[in-house]
Amino acid sequence: MVTLLTAVGFMAALGLLLALVLVLANQRLYVYEDPRIDQVEDLLPKANCGACGEAGCRTFAELLVKGEVEPGKCTVNAKATNQRIADFLGVALGSGERRVARLACAGGAHVARQRARYAGLASCRAAALVSGGGKGCAWGCLGLGDCVAVCTFGALSLDAHGLPVVDESRCTACGDCVDVCPKDLFSLHPLSHRLWVACKSRDAGDEAEHECEVVCTACGRCAQDSPEGLIRIENNLAVIDYSRNALASTVAIERCPTGAIVWLEPDGRVLKGRDARRVVRKGALPIA
Amino acid sequence: MALLSSLFQSGSSKTFAHGIYPVEHKELTADKPVRRLPFAPELIIPLAQHKGAPAVPLVRPGQEVVRGEPIARAEGFVSVPMHAPATGVIRSIEQAPTAEGPKAEALVLRVYEAASQQVLYGAECDPLALAPEAIVRAVQEAGLVGLGGAAFPSHVKLVAPKGRVIETLLVNGCECEPYLTCDHRIMLEQHTTLMRGIHIALHATGARRAIIGVEDNKLDALRHLRAHLPSDGRISAEAVRSKYPQGAEKMLIKALLGREVPVGGLPADIGVAVYNVGTLAQMGELLPKGQGLIERVVTVSGPGVERPGNFLVPIGTPVRFLLDQVGLKETAGEVILGGPMMGMAVASLDVPVTKAVSGVVVLEREDQDLAARHIYPCIKCGDCLRACPVSLNPSLLGELAAARQYQTMAAEHHLDQCFECGCCAYVCPSNIPLTQYFRIAKAINRDIQRRKEH
Repeated sequence: MVTLLTAVGFMAALGLLLALVLVLANQRLYVYEDPRIDQVEDLLPKANCGACGEAGCRTFAELLVKGEVEPGKCTVNAKATNQRIADFLGVALGSGERRVARLACAGGAHVARQRARYAGLASCRAAALVSGGGKGCAWGCLGLGDCVAVCTFGALSLDAHGLPVVDESRCTACGDCVDVCPKDLFSLHPLSHRLWVACKSRDAGDEAEHECEVVCTACGRCAQDSPEGLIRIENNLAVIDYSRNALASTVAIERCPTGAIVWLEPDGRVLKGRDARRVVRKGALPIA
Repeated sequence: MALLSSLFQSGSSKTFAHGIYPVEHKELTADKPVRRLPFAPELIIPLAQHKGAPAVPLVRPGQEVVRGEPIARAEGFVSVPMHAPATGVIRSIEQAPTAEGPKAEALVLRVYEAASQQVLYGAECDPLALAPEAIVRAVQEAGLVGLGGAAFPSHVKLVAPKGRVIETLLVNGCECEPYLTCDHRIMLEQHTTLMRGIHIALHATGARRAIIGVEDNKLDALRHLRAHLPSDGRISAEAVRSKYPQGAEKMLIKALLGREVPVGGLPADIGVAVYNVGTLAQMGELLPKGQGLIERVVTVSGPGVERPGNFLVPIGTPVRFLLDQVGLKETAGEVILGGPMMGMAVASLDVPVTKAVSGVVVLEREDQDLAARHIYPCIKCGDCLRACPVSLNPSLLGELAAARQYQTMAAEHHLDQCFECGCCAYVCPSNIPLTQYFRIAKAINRDIQRRKEH
């Protein structure tokens, strides 16, 4: 009986002692954390996508509470949710235009020539290391979907011609596809950038058109038709100066002979000019 | 199978640990003497055929050039000049397809009809009377690069790094890649220039001795070289076991000298310089005449070729022209520049033969998709560990690569020591494309490194 009581007593004393240590530690080592951080974090999407430029939603929430960033910087949240954060913290909403990833290539299997058949690991990076991957255009999309595999948000999928399509409603502009593409075809753009050159080929004229039917041939018509300084031809490619984006209109696309420069409508339609070649082919071009 | 074939190898030959025994297929061209071909109507001469800075053009479009004339100069020390491989006119300087993939700047030379094979350009000299520094300069001016496939400027290796002395010159006559026989033919046919080249390299480096390493499947070449060794006793020739990748620099050093190059180091760190037989034969040929490298021996072989052989091909000859000359079979499939193990399949026959191309191998079209060969999970058999010549763990590296842990591969598992010989992928019973994984990993790590620097 005594043995039993001793054991119970000893354990109770030990428990009290350790509890005391914990109480003291809690008081001495306490770090104050603003409770608003947790509350703000709950209003963030918690996707940790990094589109705001911070390491994740927690870091962003900390900076929000400190007042160093504006809620509008989170481009993934709905505007109303960001407004709730702004109201909660008593700050201005701030502006942060939603950005999405865009692909600078339209050369699917139905319009771009394939010189050789690549037979190996199904990865764009692997194919690019074997003599460029076999596509006639040395700059074009290889269509093996490294970007689709790397996208955490399911915003990318390959279409029937093997070209990745960005689902703008899902894209968080995290930039993973930008990093993974061996041909550097993706870049992040605000939704207001509607004028788009879907090509990166540095070939010009007939030589370029021989490889791909929707290539930018560097004819320069878009640059001539647009307000001065909006579009320039650089390395046989039309380059849009987005600092003058306000000047952009569908005028630029009208006379493009191949339809390499396009106008992206907010509803997802891709407008080509009236002179652009109509591609009716559905199947892939033969390997030649 | 590997065990069986190892029994048949002459066990006395020196070698390194691990490695594989691929089927050699060298009988297709081993007895075919080196022949010349007519000039292609147009030669494409990329300005970056070597490791280091691309050459800078000395000519402009429309200019006439004579066979052997310099047409591009070296840019800095780790770079070499280019010489006109034929008499003709420079049509343009343009972006041309390369075997690596991205287009790169190249000189396009339209060859005159009935252009002579005679080289009219050059200034004769006696290299052995020159000071070592003058030889280094002369080797650079000759545009010489490692002709074994690495295309590293040869003159750079003639200068020992500060604090190092080159004691031994190893002459690489292994030619361990299946199908290739160009070095075999060079050893049989060009022993005079080879010995002269070795003497020049000995003189320039200050090395005391030179050892020629020849795989024991080329004993005729070994006997031939031994019969023609100079009497001063500084040059010897030894047999090494016919095993892949015996011709890799570090493997040859291990086999002949029993020494290992430190991780991340150069052969010069242990007093060794390694040269391919083709490089030294060209050195012995070109330096006394004061000429530049304008052609090289290329083995054109494989089951897809009608008339395989060894050819002296002007630099810049399009692969398409070369294959037209030897004839392609109906069944021809993949075209590989270099050997089938480390060579590169090309996506376009418009790419030219460059200084680095030792062979053009045409395989037969596979009945079914090679890509469709299913990739099975790793069964941890360990065959790849037994094959890897640099003793890495390809199995583990492969799993890390599949999980995209590229940085871990480099930081903790010595990915950078892999020289992509392909042994691991060759032996893998699960068809795991290990070498391809490692090449992706290295490319992505290079990308990350580049982004950090910007």
